[in-house]
Amino acid sequence: MPRRRTERHLYLLAGTLALIGLGVFVYKVWGLDFPLQAGQQEQRLWDLEVKLTFRADGAPAKLSLFIPRDTRRFQLVDENFVSLGYGLATSRPDANRQVTWSIRRAKGPQVLFYRATVRSLTAGGSPPDTGARPQVTAPELTELQKSAMQTLAGQLKAESADTTTLVGLLLAKLNAQNPGEAVALLLHDEGGAQPVLQVAVKALQFMGVPARIAHGVELKELTRQVPIISWFQVYEGNLWRSFNPKTGEAWVPDRYFTWWRGEEPIAQLSGGSRLSVEIATAINTESALRGATARAQVQAPALSALSLFSLPIDTQVVYRILLTVPLGVFILVLLRNIVGVKTFGTFMPVLIALAFRETQLLWGVTLFCVIVALGLAIRFYLEHLKLLLVPRLAAVVVVVVLLMTLISLLSQRMGLPEALSIALFPMVIITMTIERMSIVWEERGAAEALTQAGGSLAVASLAYLVMNERHIEHLVFVFPELLLVLLAAILLLGRYSGYRLLELKRFKALAGGR
Amino acid sequence: MFAALRRWRGLAQAGVLGLNARNARYNLVFNPRRLLPLVDDKLTTKRLAHAAGIAVPECYGVIEEEHEIKAVHELLAEHPDFVIKPAQGSGGDGIQVFTGAAKGHYRKISGDLVSHDALEHHLSNILSGMYSLGGQPDKAIIEYRVRFDPVFERLSYQGVPDVRIIVFLGVPVMAMVRLPTRQSDGKANLHQGAIGSGIDMATGRTLRAVWHNEVVEDHPDTGNAVTGVVIPAWDKLLDIAARCYELTGLGYQGVDMVLDRDLGPLVLELNARPGLNIQIANQAGLLPRLDAIERAVEGLTDVSQRVAFARSRFAVG
Repeated sequence: MPRRRTERHLYLLAGTLALIGLGVFVYKVWGLDFPLQAGQQEQRLWDLEVKLTFRADGAPAKLSLFIPRDTRRFQLVDENFVSLGYGLATSRPDANRQVTWSIRRAKGPQVLFYRATVRSLTAGGSPPDTGARPQVTAPELTELQKSAMQTLAGQLKAESADTTTLVGLLLAKLNAQNPGEAVALLLHDEGGAQPVLQVAVKALQFMGVPARIAHGVELKELTRQVPIISWFQVYEGNLWRSFNPKTGEAWVPDRYFTWWRGEEPIAQLSGGSRLSVEIATAINTESALRGATARAQVQAPALSALSLFSLPIDTQVVYRILLTVPLGVFILVLLRNIVGVKTFGTFMPVLIALAFRETQLLWGVTLFCVIVALGLAIRFYLEHLKLLLVPRLAAVVVVVVLLMTLISLLSQRMGLPEALSIALFPMVIITMTIERMSIVWEERGAAEALTQAGGSLAVASLAYLVMNERHIEHLVFVFPELLLVLLAAILLLGRYSGYRLLELKRFKALAGGR
Repeated sequence: MFAALRRWRGLAQAGVLGLNARNARYNLVFNPRRLLPLVDDKLTTKRLAHAAGIAVPECYGVIEEEHEIKAVHELLAEHPDFVIKPAQGSGGDGIQVFTGAAKGHYRKISGDLVSHDALEHHLSNILSGMYSLGGQPDKAIIEYRVRFDPVFERLSYQGVPDVRIIVFLGVPVMAMVRLPTRQSDGKANLHQGAIGSGIDMATGRTLRAVWHNEVVEDHPDTGNAVTGVVIPAWDKLLDIAARCYELTGLGYQGVDMVLDRDLGPLVLELNARPGLNIQIANQAGLLPRLDAIERAVEGLTDVSQRVAFARSRFAVG
């Protein structure tokens, strides 16, 4: 009987998939000690990645990049350079480390990577800076600037007791609403992105106090295109202290990672154009994971080649989200085929659930209801104008976009920053929902339309809760083979021919009939 | 929890067919995908039935292009009594029934007047695929409005009552009559508020009726009893239903028919995924009947044998 045979085939396929998935999973957990639990919040390892892209001219090209070194607060654990065909040299100019890539001939788009892992040290890390007081070179100034600087220095010296108060006073003057004539001149001449920072450093150097600009990034969990932050450092006692350029207080947040010092940009290029530097940071979830990955490289090289941790960080960010989509889809299958919930469109709820990731659940549901309700009102109004289908849909898209903008503006006014995330809703999906809902509303009544809308929202919320569970996200990211098990389950559900739970209610009258 | 389990067992014992089982065990197995276009497009079904000598409502015209819409009024001047249907509509969506023209308007069966503009807009919506599966472009069919048999006069509020018979491998399985109500706006679909009443396969007599999943004895609008009414031309209806198997080749289908006062039974449409509410209307599950047919089907060689099998095996009482 062919039905029997397809069924056996299905069980065999599902069984094999589940077996492979579970096998790899078990081996990774017990054989290679991959951690089952997501890492603790106070993790101390961070991954940094710099992606450099540029267009080579076809002549010799040289690209230098400042790279981190050990500091009082961070220790460099591991680093590597991805640069096929380039020569590589590292150097230590001044207080920095720098890598220089060079190639004799390159043409067209080039991509180079620098990756590092750093450990944040708790208080008590040894100060690696040199003990000797650095030489101060007087800054180059015009006559006019020099006299302005002298005025400023005179005031500061008269009012301050030590370096700390001196810095505080200096910054107060530089950041003042109405700075004096001398300060205004200095700031004006400096131009640039951060005149306060530059002038502060020059003024301190002018007074013989060693000072410099420091650049770095704020370490965050999985962030792409991290902006570079600058502040300044003053040599005091026998170490470099960081100061807040806004207030002049001695300060540096724990998560600020010092990358390089000085006035030069992070990367310099010759023999090419359109250089772009993108920095990504990620919490290095588990050191246990790191150990396991290293073990896998030795014991099971094929497995480690398949590990998602070998991908660039910014791709990892995408996959962390992507790999949870099958979970959302699975929830959808369960709710539709086992429970019998009605939804608009097949996968619409999963897309809405993805949007909820950014908005958070409560806001997501609220905003979704608001936008769909408003859109529906507009759609019913358009019904009177007797428009053709496609232009009508297009009109609704435009209205939806305008409504979203309006809600963002209003919420900004009312101080509800969460509502700004409405921009992340997939508007085409919302438009289709509005259209479908209005048809169901007219043809089958409001009750049916609201039932389906409610069903969609319920599925989306549940899918969101599952997809956003930290431990679940960790599991599928570290053990993507579990998706094979999920696939097996979905395949088996594909032949589920039992009752849907809501059918138990629908056919209630038939259950005790006999 | 236990209540749910008990109900599950109750349903299984009654042989109630669920949506998953219908899809997995009947639709996917007995309705090959390549045959579905035969019933998905009502125009194709009409042609097939016509060729096989099965009566269908006369087609006045088909509108396929936007520019043809303007000309519709000339056509309707000749046939002021008509029905508009999307060729690929499902579940009765987009069907409108008209009984005449008045003062530059069309009169819907509900008595509402519809302007020329509104009618054109409705046609345009149909063409752009508002009612078709997946929103693909569609055609609009304008056809004869059935004058239903006087038996149904007392039993329906406006609209056209129809008879649905589920046919499995050519054997009629279960039947119900669907009676429009004020709420269903002249349409005969249960989810739109029509009444469904099961039919005794042997005699064609209506059983208890269901309205919105509740058992009712009388029509909510006319107040007349809907139980115990004998459907006229029952033999003919069963015969046509059974013959529809050869027409499409679909193993599991629903045949929707109407009884015209003058023309007798007419096939309205065939449905490859007939709903499950027929079980509620009949207060009986489909599974035992379907199983019986699967066991006996080898021995049933022609239409009359299949109908006889249904009448003897699926009689009530």
